[in-house]
Amino acid sequence: MLKGHQSWIFENRPAILSTGTIGGPFEAKGNIPEAFDTLHEDMWLNQDSWEKAQQKMLEEAIQTTLKKARIEKENIEFLIAGDLINQMTPTSFAASTSSIPFLGAFSACATSMESLALAASIINAKGANYILCAASSHNAATEKQFRYPTEYGGQKPPTSQWTVTGAGCALVAQNGTGPAVTSATIGKVADMGMTDPFNMGGAMAIAAADTIEAHLRDLQIDPSYYDLIITGDLGHVGREVSFDLLRDRNIPIESEKYVDCGITIYREDQPVLAGGSGAACSAIVTYGHYLQEVIKGNLQRILVVATGSLHSTLSIQQKAPIPCIAHAVSIEARGEHL
Amino acid sequence: MGDKKKQKLQPNQQRYQAFQQKRETKRPVFKNCIKAFLIGGFICFIGQLISTFYIYQFNFTEKTAGNPTIATLIFITMLLTGFGVYDRIAQVAGAGSAVPVTGFGNAVISSAIEYRSEGFILGVGSNMLKLAGPVIVYGVFSAFVVAIIKTILTQWGGF
Repeated sequence: MLKGHQSWIFENRPAILSTGTIGGPFEAKGNIPEAFDTLHEDMWLNQDSWEKAQQKMLEEAIQTTLKKARIEKENIEFLIAGDLINQMTPTSFAASTSSIPFLGAFSACATSMESLALAASIINAKGANYILCAASSHNAATEKQFRYPTEYGGQKPPTSQWTVTGAGCALVAQNGTGPAVTSATIGKVADMGMTDPFNMGGAMAIAAADTIEAHLRDLQIDPSYYDLIITGDLGHVGREVSFDLLRDRNIPIESEKYVDCGITIYREDQPVLAGGSGAACSAIVTYGHYLQEVIKGNLQRILVVATGSLHSTLSIQQKAPIPCIAHAVSIEARGEHL
Repeated sequence: MGDKKKQKLQPNQQRYQAFQQKRETKRPVFKNCIKAFLIGGFICFIGQLISTFYIYQFNFTEKTAGNPTIATLIFITMLLTGFGVYDRIAQVAGAGSAVPVTGFGNAVISSAIEYRSEGFILGVGSNMLKLAGPVIVYGVFSAFVVAIIKTILTQWGGF
Protein backbone atom coordinates (compact mmCIF):
# COMPACT_ATOMS: atom_id res chain seq x y z
CA MET A 1 0.00 0.00 0.00
CA LEU A 2 1.32 3.41 -0.94
CA LYS A 3 1.92 5.73 1.96
CA GLY A 4 2.94 9.33 1.53
CA HIS A 5 4.86 10.22 -1.64
CA GLN A 6 7.31 7.42 -2.12
CA SER A 7 6.80 4.71 0.52
CA TRP A 8 5.11 1.35 0.73
CA ILE A 9 3.62 -0.23 3.83
CA PHE A 10 3.58 -4.01 3.68
CA GLU A 11 0.49 -4.79 5.76
CA ASN A 12 0.75 -8.54 5.08
CA ARG A 13 4.20 -8.48 6.68
CA PRO A 14 6.29 -10.60 4.27
CA ALA A 15 8.84 -12.69 6.15
CA ILE A 16 12.56 -13.13 5.52
CA LEU A 17 12.76 -16.91 5.87
CA SER A 18 16.47 -17.35 5.45
CA THR A 19 19.63 -15.68 4.18
CA GLY A 20 22.89 -16.73 2.57
CA THR A 21 26.14 -14.74 2.76
CA ILE A 22 29.44 -15.50 1.06
CA GLY A 23 32.69 -13.62 1.51
CA GLY A 24 36.33 -13.54 0.42
CA PRO A 25 39.64 -13.73 2.28
CA PHE A 26 39.78 -10.03 3.13
CA GLU A 27 36.28 -10.18 4.65
CA ALA A 28 37.33 -13.23 6.70
CA LYS A 29 39.91 -11.05 8.43
CA GLY A 30 37.30 -8.34 8.98
CA ASN A 31 35.18 -7.23 11.88
CA ILE A 32 32.25 -9.65 11.47
CA PRO A 33 33.50 -13.03 10.14
CA GLU A 34 30.59 -14.74 11.93
CA ALA A 35 28.17 -12.95 9.57
CA PHE A 36 29.22 -15.19 6.68
CA ASP A 37 27.88 -18.65 5.88
CA THR A 38 30.92 -19.39 3.70
CA LEU A 39 34.25 -17.59 3.56
CA HIS A 40 36.61 -18.28 0.68
CA GLU A 41 40.37 -18.36 1.05
CA ASP A 42 40.90 -17.75 -2.66
CA MET A 43 39.76 -14.59 -4.47
CA TRP A 44 39.49 -16.64 -7.68
CA LEU A 45 37.25 -19.40 -6.25
CA ASN A 46 39.04 -21.75 -8.67
CA GLN A 47 37.62 -19.80 -11.63
CA ASP A 48 39.61 -18.25 -14.47
CA SER A 49 38.24 -14.72 -14.17
CA TRP A 50 37.14 -12.36 -11.38
CA GLU A 51 33.72 -12.09 -12.98
CA LYS A 52 33.22 -15.86 -12.86
CA ALA A 53 34.33 -15.86 -9.23
CA GLN A 54 31.62 -13.31 -8.51
CA GLN A 55 29.05 -15.42 -10.33
CA LYS A 56 30.11 -18.44 -8.25
CA MET A 57 29.67 -16.52 -5.00
CA LEU A 58 26.16 -15.46 -6.00
CA GLU A 59 25.27 -19.04 -6.91
CA GLU A 60 26.57 -20.21 -3.55
CA ALA A 61 24.60 -17.50 -1.73
CA ILE A 62 21.41 -18.62 -3.47
CA GLN A 63 22.07 -22.30 -2.72
CA THR A 64 22.86 -21.57 0.94
CA THR A 65 19.68 -19.54 1.34
CA LEU A 66 17.54 -22.32 -0.12
CA LYS A 67 19.29 -24.99 1.92
CA LYS A 68 18.80 -23.11 5.17
CA ALA A 69 15.08 -22.62 4.44
CA ARG A 70 14.77 -26.27 3.30
CA ILE A 71 12.97 -25.16 0.16
CA GLU A 72 13.55 -26.54 -3.33
CA LYS A 73 14.40 -23.98 -5.99
CA GLU A 74 11.40 -25.14 -8.05
CA ASN A 75 9.17 -23.50 -5.43
CA ILE A 76 10.79 -20.09 -5.89
CA GLU A 77 8.78 -17.87 -8.22
CA PHE A 78 11.26 -15.08 -8.84
CA LEU A 79 14.86 -14.06 -8.38
CA ILE A 80 15.50 -10.31 -8.16
CA ALA A 81 19.21 -9.52 -8.19
CA GLY A 82 21.90 -7.27 -9.55
CA ASP A 83 25.57 -6.29 -9.40
CA LEU A 84 27.99 -3.63 -10.60
CA ILE A 85 29.68 -5.28 -13.58
CA ASN A 86 28.76 -4.11 -17.10
CA GLN A 87 25.24 -5.27 -17.98
CA MET A 88 25.24 -7.36 -14.76
CA THR A 89 26.56 -10.49 -16.45
CA PRO A 90 27.68 -12.30 -13.25
CA THR A 91 24.08 -12.08 -11.98
CA SER A 92 22.61 -13.13 -15.32
CA PHE A 93 24.86 -16.20 -15.47
CA ALA A 94 24.00 -17.13 -11.90
CA ALA A 95 20.31 -16.70 -12.73
CA SER A 96 20.84 -18.96 -15.71
CA THR A 97 22.36 -21.78 -13.64
CA SER A 98 19.70 -21.46 -10.94
CA SER A 99 16.93 -21.40 -13.61
CA ILE A 100 14.56 -19.30 -11.51
CA PRO A 101 12.50 -16.65 -13.37
CA PHE A 102 14.72 -13.59 -13.12
CA LEU A 103 14.33 -9.85 -12.78
CA GLY A 104 17.53 -7.82 -13.01
CA ALA A 105 17.77 -4.85 -10.66
CA PHE A 106 20.36 -2.10 -10.74
CA SER A 107 20.88 0.59 -8.15
CA ALA A 108 24.65 0.08 -7.87
CA CYS A 109 25.38 -0.53 -4.18
CA ALA A 110 21.73 0.11 -3.27
CA THR A 111 20.68 -2.97 -5.27
CA SER A 112 20.34 -5.00 -2.06
CA MET A 113 17.49 -2.87 -0.73
CA GLU A 114 15.95 -2.21 -4.14
CA SER A 115 15.60 -5.95 -4.65
CA LEU A 116 14.31 -6.51 -1.10
CA ALA A 117 11.74 -3.70 -1.47
CA LEU A 118 10.53 -5.07 -4.81
CA ALA A 119 10.38 -8.63 -3.48
CA ALA A 120 8.42 -7.57 -0.40
CA SER A 121 6.08 -5.50 -2.55
CA ILE A 122 5.31 -8.40 -4.89
CA ILE A 123 4.88 -10.83 -1.99
CA ASN A 124 2.68 -8.34 -0.15
CA ALA A 125 0.41 -8.09 -3.21
CA LYS A 126 0.29 -11.90 -3.34
CA GLY A 127 2.11 -11.87 -6.65
CA ALA A 128 4.36 -14.70 -5.47
CA ASN A 129 4.90 -17.10 -2.57
CA TYR A 130 8.67 -17.08 -2.49
CA ILE A 131 11.12 -14.56 -3.94
CA LEU A 132 14.88 -14.55 -3.67
CA CYS A 133 16.64 -11.21 -3.68
CA ALA A 134 20.39 -10.88 -3.93
CA ALA A 135 23.34 -8.61 -4.63
CA SER A 136 27.01 -9.37 -5.23
CA SER A 137 30.30 -7.64 -5.88
CA HIS A 138 33.94 -8.63 -6.26
CA ASN A 139 36.78 -6.34 -5.26
CA ALA A 140 39.07 -7.15 -8.18
CA ALA A 141 36.30 -7.23 -10.81
CA THR A 142 35.09 -3.83 -9.64
CA GLU A 143 38.60 -2.35 -9.45
CA LYS A 144 39.24 -3.59 -12.98
CA GLN A 145 36.08 -2.02 -14.39
CA PHE A 146 35.86 1.22 -12.44
CA ARG A 147 39.43 2.01 -11.41
CA TYR A 148 42.80 0.52 -12.31
CA PRO A 149 44.16 -3.01 -12.71
CA THR A 150 44.33 -4.79 -9.34
CA GLU A 151 48.11 -4.70 -9.12
CA TYR A 152 48.52 -1.15 -10.41
CA GLY A 153 50.30 1.07 -7.91
CA GLY A 154 48.19 4.18 -7.69
CA GLN A 155 47.88 5.99 -4.40
CA LYS A 156 44.26 6.21 -3.23
CA PRO A 157 43.06 9.22 -1.25
CA PRO A 158 41.72 8.73 2.31
CA THR A 159 38.14 9.24 1.05
CA SER A 160 38.20 6.18 -1.22
CA GLN A 161 36.56 2.91 -0.24
CA TRP A 162 37.25 -0.82 -0.50
CA THR A 163 34.81 -2.90 -2.56
CA VAL A 164 33.55 -5.93 -0.67
CA THR A 165 34.11 -9.36 -2.21
CA GLY A 166 31.00 -11.40 -1.57
CA ALA A 167 27.34 -12.04 -2.15
CA GLY A 168 24.26 -11.76 0.02
CA CYS A 169 20.88 -13.34 -0.60
CA ALA A 170 17.54 -13.36 1.24
CA LEU A 171 14.40 -15.43 0.79
CA VAL A 172 11.17 -13.46 1.20
CA ALA A 173 7.91 -15.39 1.71
CA GLN A 174 4.18 -14.85 2.29
CA ASN A 175 4.36 -16.14 5.81
CA GLY A 176 6.88 -17.73 8.08
CA THR A 177 8.73 -17.28 11.29
CA GLY A 178 11.47 -14.90 10.17
CA PRO A 179 11.66 -11.13 10.68
CA ALA A 180 9.04 -9.13 8.78
CA VAL A 181 9.66 -6.56 6.05
CA THR A 182 7.23 -3.82 7.07
CA SER A 183 7.84 -0.83 4.82
CA ALA A 184 10.07 0.58 2.15
CA THR A 185 10.91 4.00 0.75
CA ILE A 186 12.15 4.38 -2.80
CA GLY A 187 14.73 7.13 -3.10
CA LYS A 188 15.15 9.89 -5.65
CA VAL A 189 18.37 10.29 -7.58
CA ALA A 190 20.40 13.06 -6.01
CA ASP A 191 22.98 14.97 -8.05
CA MET A 192 25.04 17.45 -6.12
CA GLY A 193 27.57 17.97 -8.90
CA MET A 194 30.18 15.82 -7.14
CA THR A 195 32.64 14.41 -9.66
CA ASP A 196 35.27 12.57 -7.61
CA PRO A 197 34.81 8.78 -7.94
CA PHE A 198 37.26 8.37 -5.06
CA ASN A 199 34.80 10.05 -2.71
CA MET A 200 31.56 8.16 -3.22
CA GLY A 201 30.63 8.36 0.46
CA GLY A 202 30.62 12.14 0.31
CA ALA A 203 28.55 12.08 -2.87
CA MET A 204 26.01 9.52 -1.63
CA ALA A 205 25.46 11.07 1.81
CA ILE A 206 22.81 13.47 0.49
CA ALA A 207 20.84 10.57 -1.05
CA ALA A 208 20.86 8.72 2.27
CA ALA A 209 19.74 11.82 4.18
CA ASP A 210 16.97 12.54 1.63
CA THR A 211 15.61 8.99 1.74
CA ILE A 212 15.67 8.82 5.56
CA GLU A 213 13.88 12.15 5.74
CA ALA A 214 11.30 11.01 3.16
CA HIS A 215 10.76 7.72 5.00
CA LEU A 216 10.15 9.40 8.35
CA ARG A 217 7.87 11.99 6.73
CA ASP A 218 5.84 9.44 4.72
CA LEU A 219 5.35 7.13 7.70
CA GLN A 220 5.01 10.01 10.13
CA ILE A 221 7.40 8.51 12.61
CA ASP A 222 10.37 9.67 14.62
CA PRO A 223 13.91 8.26 14.17
CA SER A 224 13.61 6.85 17.71
CA TYR A 225 11.04 4.39 16.30
CA TYR A 226 14.02 2.37 15.06
CA ASP A 227 16.58 0.67 17.25
CA LEU A 228 19.11 1.23 14.50
CA ILE A 229 19.26 3.15 11.25
CA ILE A 230 21.78 1.37 9.04
CA THR A 231 23.21 3.05 5.95
CA GLY A 232 24.64 0.96 3.13
CA ASP A 233 28.19 1.94 2.30
CA LEU A 234 28.78 5.57 3.14
CA GLY A 235 32.06 4.94 4.95
CA HIS A 236 33.44 7.36 7.54
CA VAL A 237 33.15 10.50 5.39
CA GLY A 238 29.63 9.82 4.12
CA ARG A 239 28.35 8.76 7.50
CA GLU A 240 29.48 11.98 9.09
CA VAL A 241 28.14 14.15 6.26
CA SER A 242 24.72 12.43 6.23
CA PHE A 243 24.48 12.51 10.03
CA ASP A 244 25.20 16.23 10.12
CA LEU A 245 22.78 16.83 7.23
CA LEU A 246 19.97 15.09 9.13
CA ARG A 247 20.81 17.04 12.26
CA ASP A 248 20.78 20.25 10.20
CA ARG A 249 17.27 19.37 9.01
CA ASN A 250 16.14 19.02 12.64
CA ILE A 251 15.78 15.26 12.51
CA PRO A 252 16.62 14.08 16.04
CA ILE A 253 18.89 11.21 15.09
CA GLU A 254 21.27 9.70 17.65
CA SER A 255 24.87 8.94 16.85
CA GLU A 256 25.01 5.51 18.51
CA LYS A 257 21.85 4.46 16.65
CA TYR A 258 23.20 5.49 13.26
CA VAL A 259 25.58 2.89 11.85
CA ASP A 260 27.04 2.12 8.43
CA CYS A 261 27.60 -1.30 6.84
CA GLY A 262 30.81 -0.08 5.19
CA ILE A 263 32.24 0.73 8.63
CA THR A 264 30.81 -2.38 10.37
CA ILE A 265 32.25 -4.93 7.95
CA TYR A 266 35.99 -4.23 8.35
CA ARG A 267 38.29 -3.71 11.29
CA GLU A 268 39.77 -0.28 11.85
CA ASP A 269 43.29 -1.54 11.18
CA GLN A 270 42.48 -2.97 7.75
CA PRO A 271 43.71 -0.76 4.89
CA VAL A 272 40.24 0.17 3.62
CA LEU A 273 40.64 3.97 4.00
CA ALA A 274 37.10 5.39 4.41
CA GLY A 275 35.42 1.96 4.68
CA GLY A 276 33.79 -0.80 2.64
CA SER A 277 31.55 -0.41 -0.40
CA GLY A 278 30.07 -2.47 -3.21
CA ALA A 279 26.72 -4.08 -3.86
CA ALA A 280 27.55 -6.97 -1.54
CA CYS A 281 28.44 -4.68 1.37
CA SER A 282 24.94 -3.74 2.53
CA ALA A 283 23.54 -7.15 1.52
CA ILE A 284 26.04 -9.11 3.61
CA VAL A 285 26.07 -6.84 6.65
CA THR A 286 22.27 -6.54 6.71
CA TYR A 287 21.45 -10.20 6.10
CA GLY A 288 24.40 -11.75 7.87
CA HIS A 289 24.79 -9.41 10.84
CA TYR A 290 21.96 -7.00 11.69
CA LEU A 291 19.14 -9.33 10.64
CA GLN A 292 20.62 -12.01 12.90
CA GLU A 293 20.53 -9.49 15.74
CA VAL A 294 16.81 -9.01 15.03
CA ILE A 295 16.28 -12.79 15.08
CA LYS A 296 18.19 -13.09 18.36
CA GLY A 297 15.97 -10.38 19.83
CA ASN A 298 18.77 -7.86 20.40
CA LEU A 299 17.13 -5.46 17.96
CA GLN A 300 13.39 -5.00 17.39
CA ARG A 301 13.16 -2.59 14.47
CA ILE A 302 15.81 -1.59 11.97
CA LEU A 303 15.80 0.69 8.95
CA VAL A 304 18.32 -0.26 6.27
CA VAL A 305 19.19 2.56 3.88
CA ALA A 306 21.36 1.13 1.11
CA THR A 307 23.19 3.79 -0.89
CA GLY A 308 24.43 3.61 -4.46
CA SER A 309 26.43 5.85 -6.74
CA LEU A 310 25.12 5.34 -10.26
CA HIS A 311 28.11 6.53 -12.29
CA SER A 312 29.94 4.65 -15.01
CA THR A 313 33.56 4.93 -16.14
CA LEU A 314 32.28 6.69 -19.26
CA SER A 315 30.30 9.30 -17.35
CA ILE A 316 33.29 9.99 -15.08
CA GLN A 317 35.65 10.43 -18.03
CA GLN A 318 33.17 12.81 -19.64
CA LYS A 319 33.30 14.83 -16.40
CA ALA A 320 29.64 14.20 -15.62
CA PRO A 321 28.61 14.40 -11.96
CA ILE A 322 27.90 11.29 -9.89
CA PRO A 323 24.17 10.56 -9.58
CA CYS A 324 23.38 8.93 -6.23
CA ILE A 325 20.47 6.98 -4.84
CA ALA A 326 19.34 5.42 -1.57
CA HIS A 327 16.50 2.99 -0.88
CA ALA A 328 15.23 2.28 2.62
CA VAL A 329 13.59 -0.90 3.90
CA SER A 330 12.40 -1.42 7.45
CA ILE A 331 12.66 -4.84 9.03
CA GLU A 332 10.95 -5.74 12.31
CA ALA A 333 10.93 -8.69 14.64
CA ARG A 334 7.84 -10.92 14.49
CA GLY A 335 4.92 -10.04 16.75
CA GLU A 336 5.53 -6.30 16.55
CA HIS A 337 2.94 -4.20 14.78
CA LEU A 338 3.21 -0.80 13.20
CA MET B 1 38.58 26.20 -14.81
CA GLY B 2 37.68 25.59 -11.18
CA ASP B 3 35.68 28.82 -10.99
CA LYS B 4 33.96 28.13 -14.29
CA LYS B 5 32.93 24.71 -13.02
CA LYS B 6 31.57 26.20 -9.83
CA GLN B 7 29.47 28.76 -11.69
CA LYS B 8 27.57 26.00 -13.45
CA LEU B 9 26.48 24.49 -10.13
CA GLN B 10 23.16 25.34 -8.57
CA PRO B 11 23.30 27.20 -5.25
CA ASN B 12 22.10 24.11 -3.36
CA GLN B 13 24.84 22.04 -5.03
CA GLN B 14 27.45 24.62 -4.06
CA ARG B 15 26.19 24.63 -0.50
CA TYR B 16 26.27 20.83 -0.32
CA GLN B 17 29.79 20.67 -1.75
CA ALA B 18 31.05 23.16 0.81
CA PHE B 19 29.23 21.24 3.58
CA GLN B 20 30.74 17.97 2.37
CA GLN B 21 34.22 19.36 1.91
CA LYS B 22 34.38 20.41 5.54
CA ARG B 23 33.87 16.79 6.59
CA GLU B 24 36.06 15.18 3.96
CA THR B 25 39.26 13.47 5.12
CA LYS B 26 42.03 15.51 3.52
CA ARG B 27 44.99 14.02 1.73
CA PRO B 28 48.02 14.41 4.01
CA VAL B 29 49.91 16.25 1.24
CA PHE B 30 53.03 17.21 3.22
CA LYS B 31 53.46 13.72 4.71
CA ASN B 32 52.84 12.17 1.27
CA CYS B 33 55.52 14.42 -0.28
CA ILE B 34 58.11 13.38 2.30
CA LYS B 35 57.29 9.69 1.86
CA ALA B 36 57.39 10.06 -1.93
CA PHE B 37 60.75 11.84 -1.70
CA LEU B 38 62.30 9.17 0.54
CA ILE B 39 60.93 6.09 -1.26
CA GLY B 40 61.45 7.60 -4.73
CA GLY B 41 64.99 8.47 -3.69
CA PHE B 42 65.55 4.95 -2.39
CA ILE B 43 64.43 3.45 -5.73
CA CYS B 44 66.88 5.76 -7.53
CA PHE B 45 69.58 4.73 -5.04
CA ILE B 46 69.00 1.07 -5.94
CA GLY B 47 69.14 2.07 -9.62
CA GLN B 48 72.48 3.76 -8.98
CA LEU B 49 73.82 0.64 -7.25
CA ILE B 50 72.77 -1.54 -10.18
CA SER B 51 74.30 0.92 -12.63
CA THR B 52 77.58 1.02 -10.68
CA PHE B 53 77.58 -2.77 -10.52
CA TYR B 54 77.28 -3.00 -14.32
CA ILE B 55 80.04 -0.45 -14.84
CA TYR B 56 82.53 -2.14 -12.52
CA GLN B 57 81.66 -5.81 -13.07
CA PHE B 58 81.01 -5.69 -16.83
CA ASN B 59 82.46 -3.44 -19.45
CA PHE B 60 79.75 -0.80 -19.46
CA THR B 61 80.40 2.91 -19.46
CA GLU B 62 78.26 5.47 -17.63
CA LYS B 63 76.39 6.07 -20.89
CA THR B 64 75.78 2.44 -21.86
CA ALA B 65 74.92 1.20 -18.36
CA GLY B 66 71.52 2.98 -18.53
CA ASN B 67 69.68 0.39 -20.61
CA PRO B 68 70.63 -2.75 -18.62
CA THR B 69 69.91 -0.83 -15.40
CA ILE B 70 66.41 0.05 -16.55
CA ALA B 71 65.82 -3.52 -17.73
CA THR B 72 66.88 -4.85 -14.31
CA LEU B 73 64.64 -2.38 -12.46
CA ILE B 74 61.69 -3.32 -14.65
CA PHE B 75 62.41 -7.00 -14.07
CA ILE B 76 62.34 -6.45 -10.29
CA THR B 77 59.10 -4.44 -10.70
CA MET B 78 57.61 -7.31 -12.67
CA LEU B 79 58.26 -9.69 -9.78
CA LEU B 80 56.94 -7.22 -7.19
CA THR B 81 53.83 -6.54 -9.28
CA GLY B 82 53.17 -10.21 -9.94
CA PHE B 83 53.46 -11.09 -6.27
CA GLY B 84 51.11 -8.25 -5.36
CA VAL B 85 53.63 -6.15 -3.43
CA TYR B 86 54.09 -3.13 -5.69
CA ASP B 87 50.58 -1.70 -5.24
CA ARG B 88 51.04 -1.86 -1.46
CA ILE B 89 54.33 0.02 -1.67
CA ALA B 90 52.62 2.54 -3.97
CA GLN B 91 49.82 3.28 -1.49
CA VAL B 92 52.52 4.57 0.87
CA ALA B 93 54.98 5.96 -1.68
CA GLY B 94 52.56 7.71 -4.09
CA ALA B 95 54.58 9.65 -6.67
CA GLY B 96 57.76 8.11 -5.22
CA SER B 97 56.95 4.78 -6.85
CA ALA B 98 54.99 6.18 -9.81
CA VAL B 99 57.54 8.59 -11.27
CA PRO B 100 60.63 6.33 -11.60
CA VAL B 101 60.75 3.84 -14.47
CA THR B 102 59.43 1.18 -12.07
CA GLY B 103 56.07 3.00 -12.01
CA PHE B 104 55.91 2.86 -15.79
CA GLY B 105 56.78 -0.84 -15.68
CA ASN B 106 54.12 -1.48 -13.07
CA ALA B 107 51.46 0.27 -15.19
CA VAL B 108 52.23 -1.96 -18.18
CA ILE B 109 52.70 -5.19 -16.22
CA SER B 110 49.60 -4.81 -14.03
CA SER B 111 47.45 -4.17 -17.13
CA ALA B 112 48.93 -7.20 -18.87
CA ILE B 113 48.11 -9.42 -15.87
CA GLU B 114 44.64 -7.97 -15.39
CA TYR B 115 43.42 -8.43 -18.95
CA ARG B 116 44.83 -11.94 -19.39
CA SER B 117 41.28 -13.28 -18.83
CA GLU B 118 40.16 -11.60 -22.09
CA GLY B 119 42.79 -13.42 -24.15
CA PHE B 120 46.18 -12.48 -25.62
CA ILE B 121 45.00 -10.26 -28.50
CA LEU B 122 41.98 -8.29 -27.30
CA GLY B 123 42.94 -8.68 -23.66
CA VAL B 124 46.67 -8.36 -23.04
CA GLY B 125 47.54 -6.94 -26.48
CA SER B 126 45.07 -4.09 -26.60
CA ASN B 127 45.01 -3.22 -22.89
CA MET B 128 48.68 -3.52 -21.97
CA LEU B 129 49.38 0.14 -22.73
CA LYS B 130 46.03 1.40 -21.48
CA LEU B 131 47.66 3.26 -18.58
CA ALA B 132 51.18 3.67 -19.99
CA GLY B 133 50.00 4.66 -23.49
CA PRO B 134 49.35 8.33 -22.66
CA VAL B 135 52.87 8.58 -21.20
CA ILE B 136 54.35 7.37 -24.50
CA VAL B 137 52.04 9.52 -26.67
CA TYR B 138 52.69 12.74 -24.80
CA GLY B 139 56.33 11.86 -24.10
CA VAL B 140 57.03 11.50 -27.81
CA PHE B 141 54.92 14.54 -28.67
CA SER B 142 56.63 16.85 -26.16
CA ALA B 143 60.07 15.57 -27.27
CA PHE B 144 59.07 16.51 -30.82
CA VAL B 145 57.96 19.99 -29.78
CA VAL B 146 61.15 20.55 -27.77
CA ALA B 147 63.26 19.34 -30.72
CA ILE B 148 61.52 21.77 -33.08
CA ILE B 149 62.07 24.66 -30.70
CA LYS B 150 65.71 23.70 -30.30
CA THR B 151 66.19 23.42 -34.06
CA ILE B 152 64.59 26.81 -34.66
CA LEU B 153 66.73 28.44 -32.01
CA THR B 154 70.00 26.88 -33.15
CA GLN B 155 69.36 27.35 -36.89
CA TRP B 156 67.99 30.85 -36.86
CA GLY B 157 68.66 32.14 -33.40
CA GLY B 158 72.39 32.21 -33.95
CA PHE B 159 73.16 30.45 -30.63
